[in-house]
Amino acid sequence: MPSRVMARGIEGVFHDLGEFKVEGIISDFSPREEAILKNMSVDVIIVDPAIFAHSSAGNAKQYISGYTDAPVVAFPSVFMTEEAARQYDAVLSLYDSPADIIHKLRSAVSSPKDSAPTEGSELSAREKDILICVAKGMINKEIADIFNISIHTVITHRRNITRKTGIKTVAGLTVYALLNNLIDASSVE
Amino acid sequence: MNEMKFFSPDMKMSDLIEINYRLLQVLARLGMNIGFGEKSVARICAESGMDTNAFILICDMYSCPGYTPTGEALKAADPMSVVRYLHNSHSFYIEDGFKALEEIMDELVSPCSDNQKNVILDFLHEYRQEVEKHFEYEEKVFFPYVESVVKGLSGGDYSAATFEENHSNIEEKLNDLKNIVMKYLPPACNRKTASDVLYALFSLSEDLEKHTNIENCVLVPMVNRLEAGKEA
Repeated sequence: MPSRVMARGIEGVFHDLGEFKVEGIISDFSPREEAILKNMSVDVIIVDPAIFAHSSAGNAKQYISGYTDAPVVAFPSVFMTEEAARQYDAVLSLYDSPADIIHKLRSAVSSPKDSAPTEGSELSAREKDILICVAKGMINKEIADIFNISIHTVITHRRNITRKTGIKTVAGLTVYALLNNLIDASSVE
Repeated sequence: MNEMKFFSPDMKMSDLIEINYRLLQVLARLGMNIGFGEKSVARICAESGMDTNAFILICDMYSCPGYTPTGEALKAADPMSVVRYLHNSHSFYIEDGFKALEEIMDELVSPCSDNQKNVILDFLHEYRQEVEKHFEYEEKVFFPYVESVVKGLSGGDYSAATFEENHSNIEEKLNDLKNIVMKYLPPACNRKTASDVLYALFSLSEDLEKHTNIENCVLVPMVNRLEAGKEA
């Protein structure tokens, strides 16, 4: 983050809201900074893409990903094209409220980047099968037995179903299944 | 640590609303009527029998996301004024909030097949019952307990910790409903109403979230302090 003012701003927001903490501020890239980046254990990286404007390093997101698995969030000091924005796990704006900033970081941290929307946010056939069982009121153990999979796998499927649909409760999932004609009303209850 | 306070007893009530117009609903629930003139926050609180410090705490909780009141702020405020606000909010949710939501929800799904209609309306209905049960518990068990602690009486085996343990999450289903309306509504639905419904859902869920925060971050610590004082 080349701008001290922006870095201080983030520190201030984090300080006030308490959920995140600034582990370090890197203001440009040198072998020293790269080493720091590689060895920092952080949940999220916030970068002003302007830091790469005059370097040969090219794509900021790719560059940083070479050093850390943490999600990379852009906080641009200058205009950024939509195409450029899309490569980041989230994009903060100078005009975001502190709450918005925390919210965006929270979602960037909680959504594993491999599950970017391109990977398909529609339910897979297997997920639909499992959803039907959940809607019918079956417990994880029963579902695991039917499909001959581990309970752990059932839980992973259920987590993915909730991530994709945004629906957490069994009652809510049942409504989803009914509205999408995955089950009919007679098979509930 | 937390220097995000916007409101003070001496400011004009009209400025308080200018800072956050969503506080209008807080005022309405406390019977504070619009037409403030140049009256201060403290003056209007006094007129409606509300403790000013408690009122400001509630306004801060509504207006500053992530705000956790300091021990001093909690100590200065009257717990029964907080209970009064929470109690009036319960009545508001049941009598106005849900009623309005059910009405537009009805309108929304009226063009759908009976099956689809029932699925959605039943979900809302069950949710409403769940919320009513949740409120009823607070009204019948927790609030009376708070009152007895404030009066220095013994609350029996019950404690704020018991309340916290059993304080269920009532926003989850509302959030599900939001997603269902936003993403999976049958095509036959009344699209014009859909955005009204969503608006109502978002605002109710935001309001309930603040409400829960006031219970957990204001009232519970207040009671914890009184409980500790009693033992000492």
